Amino acid sequence: MQAKDIAELLNEPACAHNTKSKSGCAKPKPGATAGGCSFDGAQIALLPIADVAHIVHGPIACAGSSWDNRGTRSSGPTLYKIGMTTDLTEQDVIMGRSEKRLFHSIKQAIDSHHPAAVFVYNTCVPALVGDDVDAVCKDAAQRYGVPVVPVDCAGFYGTKNLGNRIAGDSMFKYVIGTRDPDPVPPEAQRPGIAVHDVNLIGEYNIAGEFWHVLPLFDELGLRILCTLSGDARFHQVQAMHRAETSMVVCAKALLNVARKLESTHGVPFFEGSFYGVTDTSHAFREFARLIGDASLTERVEAMIAREEARVDAALEPWRQRLKGKRVLLYTGGVKSWSIVSALQDLGMDVVATGTNKSTEEDKARIRELMGEKTRMITDGSPKALIGIVKEYQADILIAGGRNMYTALKARIPFLDINQEREFGYAGYTGMSELARQLALTIESPVWASVRKPAPWATDSAPGIPMTATGS
Amino acid sequence: MAEIIKRNKALAVSPLKVSQPVGASLAFLGVNRAIPMMHGSQGCTAFGKVFFVRHFREPIPLQTTAMDQTSTVLGADDSVIEGLRTIAEKNHPALIGLPTTGLSETQGADIYRLAKQFHSACPEYADIPVVPVVTPDYSGCLESGYALAVKSMIDVLVQESASVGKRHKQVNVLAGSLLTPGDIEHIKELVEAFGLRPVVLPDIADSLDGHLTAAESSPLTTGGTPVAEIVTMGESVATLVIGRSLDPAADLLKARTRVPDYRFDTLMGLTAVDAFVHALNLISGQPVPEKLERQRAQLQDAMVDTHFMLGFARVAIAGDPDLLYGCARLVTDMGCEVSAAVAPSRAPVLDDVPATQVKLGDLEDLELAAREHGVDLVISNSHAAETAQHLGVPLLRAGFPQYDLIGGYQKLWVGYRGTRQTLFDLANILVSNGHHEISAYRSIYHAGEASHATPAPGHTH
Repeated sequence: MQAKDIAELLNEPACAHNTKSKSGCAKPKPGATAGGCSFDGAQIALLPIADVAHIVHGPIACAGSSWDNRGTRSSGPTLYKIGMTTDLTEQDVIMGRSEKRLFHSIKQAIDSHHPAAVFVYNTCVPALVGDDVDAVCKDAAQRYGVPVVPVDCAGFYGTKNLGNRIAGDSMFKYVIGTRDPDPVPPEAQRPGIAVHDVNLIGEYNIAGEFWHVLPLFDELGLRILCTLSGDARFHQVQAMHRAETSMVVCAKALLNVARKLESTHGVPFFEGSFYGVTDTSHAFREFARLIGDASLTERVEAMIAREEARVDAALEPWRQRLKGKRVLLYTGGVKSWSIVSALQDLGMDVVATGTNKSTEEDKARIRELMGEKTRMITDGSPKALIGIVKEYQADILIAGGRNMYTALKARIPFLDINQEREFGYAGYTGMSELARQLALTIESPVWASVRKPAPWATDSAPGIPMTATGS
Repeated sequence: MAEIIKRNKALAVSPLKVSQPVGASLAFLGVNRAIPMMHGSQGCTAFGKVFFVRHFREPIPLQTTAMDQTSTVLGADDSVIEGLRTIAEKNHPALIGLPTTGLSETQGADIYRLAKQFHSACPEYADIPVVPVVTPDYSGCLESGYALAVKSMIDVLVQESASVGKRHKQVNVLAGSLLTPGDIEHIKELVEAFGLRPVVLPDIADSLDGHLTAAESSPLTTGGTPVAEIVTMGESVATLVIGRSLDPAADLLKARTRVPDYRFDTLMGLTAVDAFVHALNLISGQPVPEKLERQRAQLQDAMVDTHFMLGFARVAIAGDPDLLYGCARLVTDMGCEVSAAVAPSRAPVLDDVPATQVKLGDLEDLELAAREHGVDLVISNSHAAETAQHLGVPLLRAGFPQYDLIGGYQKLWVGYRGTRQTLFDLANILVSNGHHEISAYRSIYHAGEASHATPAPGHTH
């Protein structure tokens, strides 16, 4: 990928960061950087497409340490879970055999797994030695009659966020618009319900959580043409351009796909979230508003009234237990506010939130939700986070799995909110699970046990003195 | 305080209870060069023997007075004397345990008189202590029979004395039936880590730990507490009592010897082990070794790591009272809920089980209670495999018998190390049972689209 292509991707007109003088995302600082690379971001964005063979082209480090560690779930094919890499050797690199190996790898993947398509993720080493991955993919696609899509996402191109965009760009360039959707199956037609086609962009079905929400789409007559990319199939991605509207779920990362769908194919989009009752209802109302079908609006309102009443009753016992508990939230981007609303629905008090990866727009949303004085955290180092937990007497830290052991080592209750987690929190039903998991860790008797000094120790207690211990 | 629900049905279905004479025999098997002889029909012994062989995967020395029709009706006193004499003649053991059974108790045997009578009839065997114990199988369970045998051994072997601390590094350990050979081994290591020397009664870690010996066969136990050491228990500096079922035995030991004791209901869980280690620290005056501090820190880490999986998990536990109490305490300390608790018979410790109710009953009762209150995991013996299967949840095997788990008899449960491994085991079986998986949902609009993807067989489901 050339520098101008990267600059082009960094320039995202729909992203609020662009209003600043230096366009795009901040450069990583050597010696003080956390977070993944472009390859990481691209792979995360596309891996959930379940019937695709995902080949990582590079030496072992890229795939070796990253395969099979995502919590995304499929309702059908499990091909995406199989780790595939060209595992380049020194000889391949020196002798320039990596393109050949890639070509044969594609053949092998097609022969043994019959994928709907092959995605090839380019990584640093082949990018540096100059493999023409695009050409190999094109050649292999012609030879074997299976779509082979290059995703040029070498780690040194930039951050994880850039990788997400590269992934979206590849989908737009090679996949979206290459096929029309099937007609609605007659058995799925119901009298009085006009079916509307929609896309979800940036929803990954972590722990299968979207299955909490999907039945409601069916009920309302909203056909999800494609979710990019949770529980998706290749043919669904191909037909995304035919949707009436798109929702960008909880992530700026694939905003470029939504924007291009709008500019090229006239598919309007909105940004929303399925975390929390308020946001879930808001998302359905946005669909109704953009589609503009009065009967749909009516069904949406009826469904919301019913679901909110149901979840309200289900959450009541949890609210009693969680009310007033103090939360420190440290997550990336959109989650910094979407989860806030979910926590507030539970009567919890979000004392501070991380804004390291948030845009100005995200920050505005946070202020709107939490008030002007809200503490926004940019330093996500373990020391800083623990310091803030202490300062604000937080009862729980909610963050990505990477920070889990930071919290646990400091004897602080923790909830994992990122990709690797094992529980689904989306939608109305997911709220009960979220509440349960919050109560489970906050109320756990282990905290009192592990903070207590050994009976024979006379000096100071281990860990961090906490006043708001929760249990 | 748990509400104790008494047995309220005629038929016991999938029994949990193991008899008192079997429990008493187990205690005697923890004494070196000993053999228990049950006073009853030969079946009492044969079943007990098979039970132990399957559990420990060891040959088990166990004899019987072999009461037959005649001796049952006309008096079996002679059978007892004859049996004792035969064993003494043939093997000259260091100790003979003499538990009674339902049969001999119903018949009305006076086992204490018979033990005395043997020694007056055969003075040449005065050096072989005979320990009688009244253990009809119509009351109690394995745990109570075991405890009664321990108490009887103290009664027979430990004299009234005032020599506390004469052996200033010796510590008595009264080891309850909730402990495995692996547990006792670890308890000895803990005691030794403070420069103390443990005398464990009974020491099944030395006899039933599964070890090959130079002698190819032995009619007696090939390890266990030496009788010569039991008689010195009055000279120890302290007694550590593990398992509340041993309270009467401990009371007797204390009354006889004035050796101060420290009692522990369980050695599973951070708080319980802390108390034990603290006691050793106080008794020895030695600091807690670095190694133990490290194990403690490792357990704490395991606790925070596993609380995500264990929190709110509903656990159904069936076992003898001390074991039930220990397991229930361990899991509730981790944030689990004991949704069903069943013990085979009444014991004081049941009042303190952290559960709403404790049912005196069987594995059917466990299944019904678990069904009623919900369950994610069962902790019980191997018989409960079926129960767990009916309930569709995993089983963690604990207690007697464990015939379908290799090495189950040897598992380490206690101490920081044992607790840590138990937490990992619990978390793993809960996770692999996948109780929190969200079931897949396919949209009605995409229900028939499988044809688009043509993945190879074996990659779809």
